Amino acid sequence: MPRIEKTIIVKCRQGLHARPAAMFVQIANKYASAVTVRKGAEEVNGKSIMGILMLGADHGCELFMITDGDDAVQMFAELEAYLVKED
Amino acid sequence: MLKKIRSETVLKGIPAAPGVAIGPAFLMDQQDYIVPERVISDEEIPVEVARFEEAVHHTKTEIQSIKEKIAAQVGSMDAQIFDAHLLVLEDCMLIDEVKKHIRSDKYGAECVFTRVIKRYVEVFEKIQDDYIKERSTDVEDVGRRVLKHLMGESRSHDFEHLGSELVIVAHDISPSDAVTMYNKKILGFVTDVGGRTAHTAIIAKSLGVPAVLGLKDATLRISNQDEIIIDGRKGVVIINPTEETVELYRREKEKIIQYEGSFANIQDVPAETLDGHRALLMANFEMDGEIPAVKKYRAEGIGLYRTEFFYMNRLDLPTEEEQFKAYRKIAEEMAPHPVIIRTLDLGGDKFLSSIHLPKEMAPFLGSRAIRLCLEEQEIFRTQLRAILRASVYGNVSMMYPMIAGPGELRAANGVLKGVKQRLREKGVSFNENMPVGVMIEVPAAAMTADLLAKECNFFSIGTNDLIQYTLAVDRTNEKMAQFYEPGHPAVLRLIRRTISAAHDANIKVGVCGEMAGDPVLSVVLLGLGLDSFSMSPSTIPVIKRAMRSIKFSDAQELARQALRLSTGQEVEEFMTAELTRLAPDAFNQEGQLK
Repeated sequence: MPRIEKTIIVKCRQGLHARPAAMFVQIANKYASAVTVRKGAEEVNGKSIMGILMLGADHGCELFMITDGDDAVQMFAELEAYLVKED
Repeated sequence: MLKKIRSETVLKGIPAAPGVAIGPAFLMDQQDYIVPERVISDEEIPVEVARFEEAVHHTKTEIQSIKEKIAAQVGSMDAQIFDAHLLVLEDCMLIDEVKKHIRSDKYGAECVFTRVIKRYVEVFEKIQDDYIKERSTDVEDVGRRVLKHLMGESRSHDFEHLGSELVIVAHDISPSDAVTMYNKKILGFVTDVGGRTAHTAIIAKSLGVPAVLGLKDATLRISNQDEIIIDGRKGVVIINPTEETVELYRREKEKIIQYEGSFANIQDVPAETLDGHRALLMANFEMDGEIPAVKKYRAEGIGLYRTEFFYMNRLDLPTEEEQFKAYRKIAEEMAPHPVIIRTLDLGGDKFLSSIHLPKEMAPFLGSRAIRLCLEEQEIFRTQLRAILRASVYGNVSMMYPMIAGPGELRAANGVLKGVKQRLREKGVSFNENMPVGVMIEVPAAAMTADLLAKECNFFSIGTNDLIQYTLAVDRTNEKMAQFYEPGHPAVLRLIRRTISAAHDANIKVGVCGEMAGDPVLSVVLLGLGLDSFSMSPSTIPVIKRAMRSIKFSDAQELARQALRLSTGQEVEEFMTAELTRLAPDAFNQEGQLK
């Protein structure tokens, strides 16, 4: 099973707060694979709104994201595209 | 929840405890619970995980139904907040984290859940983002709902910080919560559910504050700190009253104070009818905090000492020593007056925090009171030892609740005999002749009163349950309130039968239910020959004045006529009309004030 991991810089202006966080979780939940997001020492489940909100990831911050499972490649691509999109 | 009400709004509920109160509302369901640190064993882990899953499931169902109700009442925009609540409940990380920590930390589900929620809320509150701040309130709200399910009847709120005078507004008040309220300054109670005989009503009466219950959606309509007026005589709650309304009710309160003052002249005289017949007026009692009220109203003893509160609001069982000290104290305080201790009456609507009993379909018809004690004999024996040891310190009697016939009485007496024998062997002193009574609260007991009378020393009729069981009306179901008729001919006939059987066997008989404290119906009981009346202490002056203003011979005649009537309503109307005619001062409208 594929496993993708990579560091990403958050580009969306509001950071991963509020609506963007909810959107991220919605995208993640379309896929069967697991997604883990790490910021510093904090590691959370990317399918959990509570987890993503707890990261408090601001614009410009560095995240380490891992997807793991059958559709991990597509999942990683869509989530990354969302995070680096400059709105 | 619903839009905050700004203009004066009047709600109607069930008048459950008299009096008038004006003050700020305190919404209890929005307060934190006290969560005990309960360590669990490895075998309990799956049980706790399952309990957590079940609580989440129940909370989801509950939120769904509130959401639908709100959507129908005010529109779907207001209902959207509940979508956020559901999202929290479905959050995989939160759920997994709780389960993981139950397994690794080995604490009870409620304890682990509280810690996890607290951590989320703390983090969210630090983040400078309005959307996230909002989520933190959602998480807290949902957390409280889940905890409510996790903790069940044993839940109690953290009231330590509760200071000023407040009106408690709650969906329901658990008996465990009630315990913590005794030493607080509470102006009154408002609840969504419950009726006249609900626990909240009994507590309100013993605190001498008004209660309006069964309002259905009071907790959705009243916001924290809203000024509210409650009128416990009419069952009215007024939210955000105008200045004129407040002034009107201030004058009402004055009138009540004057009315209470009018009892000063009968404080130190007995309950004696105009033609010299005497009845004993006693107090129902639950805990230390009530002793001043018992003395203030000159109760001639404790006619019902409810011992359930010892067992609630805690995770272990009360020790013999602890119970002994409490029984001894009240026996000494009341001597030479009698103190009648009722043995443990758990089950029905009161549950033990320390023992998880299986849920029953009809708990009122299940393992309750004496039945539970005969199953859990160690708990029963501990209590009997404590009562027996206290019996040398005053005029102590004891009675068994919910006896359905001589079989159960013999079984209970058998246990008592064994306990006495052990105490004798150990040289512990107790009153060998301590009177043992039977509570008559099951129709079967009333029908076999002649047989029971041969094997006990006194009867005490528990009218609340006798009415419930005779009329097949669940007294905790507010929809059934209209069928709960204390004056129903079946109830009166069973009471008459019980009194006759007692007197034929030369034993005394009292009533310790709400009926004893009803001025009109107490005259029927008096006329039937009842010896003693046990009630909330603050009701004693009202009943005393009623009895002092009539002749016993009139009461007997009225009781005879009342027993020929066909419905409870006819009985109440007939008695009220006759008594208002005979003694207007004691029974007119003013008499209904308190």
